[in-house]
Amino acid sequence: MTDLNFDNWTCPLPLRDYPNIVMGHGGGGKLSGELIEHLFVPAFQNDDLAELGDSTVLPFAGGRLAYSTDSFVVRPMFFPGGDIGDLAINGTVNDIAMSGAQPLWLSAGFILEEGLSMNALGAIVDSMGRAARAAGVRLVTGDTKVVDRGHGDGVYINTSGIGVVPEGVHIGPSRARPGDVVLVSGEIGVHGTAIMSVRQGLEFGAAIESDTAPLNGLVAAMLAVTHDIHVLRDPTRGGVASTLNEIARSSRVGVQIDERAVPVPQIVRSACEMLGLDPLYVANEGKLIAIVPAERAEAVLAAMRAHPLGAKAARIGQVSDKNPGMVVARTGLGATRVVSLQIGEQLPRIC
Amino acid sequence: MKYLDEFRDPELARRLLDEIARTVTRPWTLMEVCGGQTHSIIRNGIDQLLPEQIELIHGPGCPVCVTPLEMIDKALAIAAKPGVIFCSFGDMLRVPGSREDLFAVKSRGGDVRIVYSPLDAVKLARENPDRQVVFFGVGFETTAPANAMAVFQAKQLGLKNFSMLVSHVLVPPAITALLASPRNRVQGFLAAGHVCSVMGFWEYEPIVAEHKVPIVVTGFEPLDVLEGIRRAVAQLEAGRAEVENAYARAVQREGNKPAQKMVADVFETGDRLWRGIGLIPMSGWRLREAYRDYDAEHRFSVGDIHTEESPLCHSGEVLQGLLKPNQCPAFGKECTPQKPLGATMVSSEGACAAYYNYGRFITPDEISLPV
Repeated sequence: MTDLNFDNWTCPLPLRDYPNIVMGHGGGGKLSGELIEHLFVPAFQNDDLAELGDSTVLPFAGGRLAYSTDSFVVRPMFFPGGDIGDLAINGTVNDIAMSGAQPLWLSAGFILEEGLSMNALGAIVDSMGRAARAAGVRLVTGDTKVVDRGHGDGVYINTSGIGVVPEGVHIGPSRARPGDVVLVSGEIGVHGTAIMSVRQGLEFGAAIESDTAPLNGLVAAMLAVTHDIHVLRDPTRGGVASTLNEIARSSRVGVQIDERAVPVPQIVRSACEMLGLDPLYVANEGKLIAIVPAERAEAVLAAMRAHPLGAKAARIGQVSDKNPGMVVARTGLGATRVVSLQIGEQLPRIC
Repeated sequence: MKYLDEFRDPELARRLLDEIARTVTRPWTLMEVCGGQTHSIIRNGIDQLLPEQIELIHGPGCPVCVTPLEMIDKALAIAAKPGVIFCSFGDMLRVPGSREDLFAVKSRGGDVRIVYSPLDAVKLARENPDRQVVFFGVGFETTAPANAMAVFQAKQLGLKNFSMLVSHVLVPPAITALLASPRNRVQGFLAAGHVCSVMGFWEYEPIVAEHKVPIVVTGFEPLDVLEGIRRAVAQLEAGRAEVENAYARAVQREGNKPAQKMVADVFETGDRLWRGIGLIPMSGWRLREAYRDYDAEHRFSVGDIHTEESPLCHSGEVLQGLLKPNQCPAFGKECTPQKPLGATMVSSEGACAAYYNYGRFITPDEISLPV
């Protein structure tokens, strides 16, 4: 486990009686109340949450909403560059941002394992609060359950969120059209490699940090240039390859990429070579794929590169009417191969 | 890690391809022995770029693919036993036995774990003295030294709860068996570079002398593979048959002596069944009598498990180079990576999986990619 940073978090006094999560913290009684009041509310502080009702009523002036949910079961809970907490915020923020919406409100559901240390939970919740503020979203409702020791993995977090889609923005996975250009916002495979580097039995020579980050700012910067963006997706589990396959199927188009144009950092390539994995299938947590009309590609790419989270953005391919539903790559040597959908997780090879 | 870009340079690849094209005057059939080479060839599309006269046959060098079905069934039986921690390299988990795979055993509560080194399994055995830790020791000469080291260490440490299910196979007897087959079409071999980094290449000299086939020790990066092909074609065109080393940065004639010594201490040569191919005499390694206590087959009494293979699966002919994966009647129909009939469709090194994953169910001219 990486070193925890408790500099910004102090355990609230009433919780000190229990250095670990006990079953009662999920019982809906006094202990539950203390956990909410002294740990969650201070971390997520905002007026909408303060009422602590079963749900929160939020002002809305018409238009269209984007609504998304995601669950986080990452192991280990703390990894280089992040933890399950900021991942849970950024994950849902990004899912909402991929419809072009500005995310506003999030919920957080916790499933805690009996025996989880209060310090670990405090660090996770604190990290969630910081991530929410950084993304400009509010955590406005939540829930906590505790399961018997051995029936969970420390902590599972579900977040859901709502955002507002600006007028004139119509982004969706089925909107890719032949002739469109495929852009990626930066170097791929970083998060998955960071997670692998701290899994039991695998230590890499060099340090690598997860790229977890909220992408709503980057999306806003892209939409400021043009509303004519066809598809946005964040290539998390399954990586760029799986995301492009989903787009190709959903839009009934072919996607063609040039392998040499895909930005892959040296450390990711080295790690993948060692383990027999393909970086195109490794998870990202702070990158997006954008499919835009060819005439807008340069302007959108320039806007991405001007944003800190898109500095290494690149044009990696195009959409065509050939081989609908398939992703084809031009290999480094100039031949072609099909980039297929994975069956399950990538499995490290024997040799 | 260095040496990634250096051996993938498109300009140098083009020059090697041009030289191969200038040299070749008639059809030649080459076999790349190792699954890692097959993977590299298909992933980079090397076979599409070669002159038409050169045919590559994908050899039996994928350890996952040639591990016999009954050995998988033995692994499944052991992994399902209560109290066992069954450790394996990742790509063995999805290999189907006669009814299911290790993932299925895991989902029913079997403690099946992916490890990256057999020594991790030894560590697990030390940390879990009340559990039986079993490592699935498969592979060619490449993985044998580390597997031997694990058994050796377990004995040194006096561990009573570590054992290994051994299914090791050897390259030279397989090449000899192929060459002796009346159906053999292979005229030159690209020998597996990593196997040779352990064993050296002196073992191939008598094979070359007897059968008059060029054998070129070849690496795995695109330029390595092309250089191996270039040298094999040059020999064939000149009527020569020699052992050549095109992977000198990793391989010496004598190989890695300390690794060989460790292997010789722990393993002895014996007959071995190859999935889809059959029994090849003296083509495998098994634990020596002195290490019998560490033999999982012996410890868990699974020696009497015998299994027949699916009659629809032609992986044996694929492994012998008699059939291209996409010429198999079951390819992409009864047999896909989701529901593999044979191991060649499971492992990422398997020829069938490589063909399927990289789209060899459509012909290259169906794909047009604007530059």
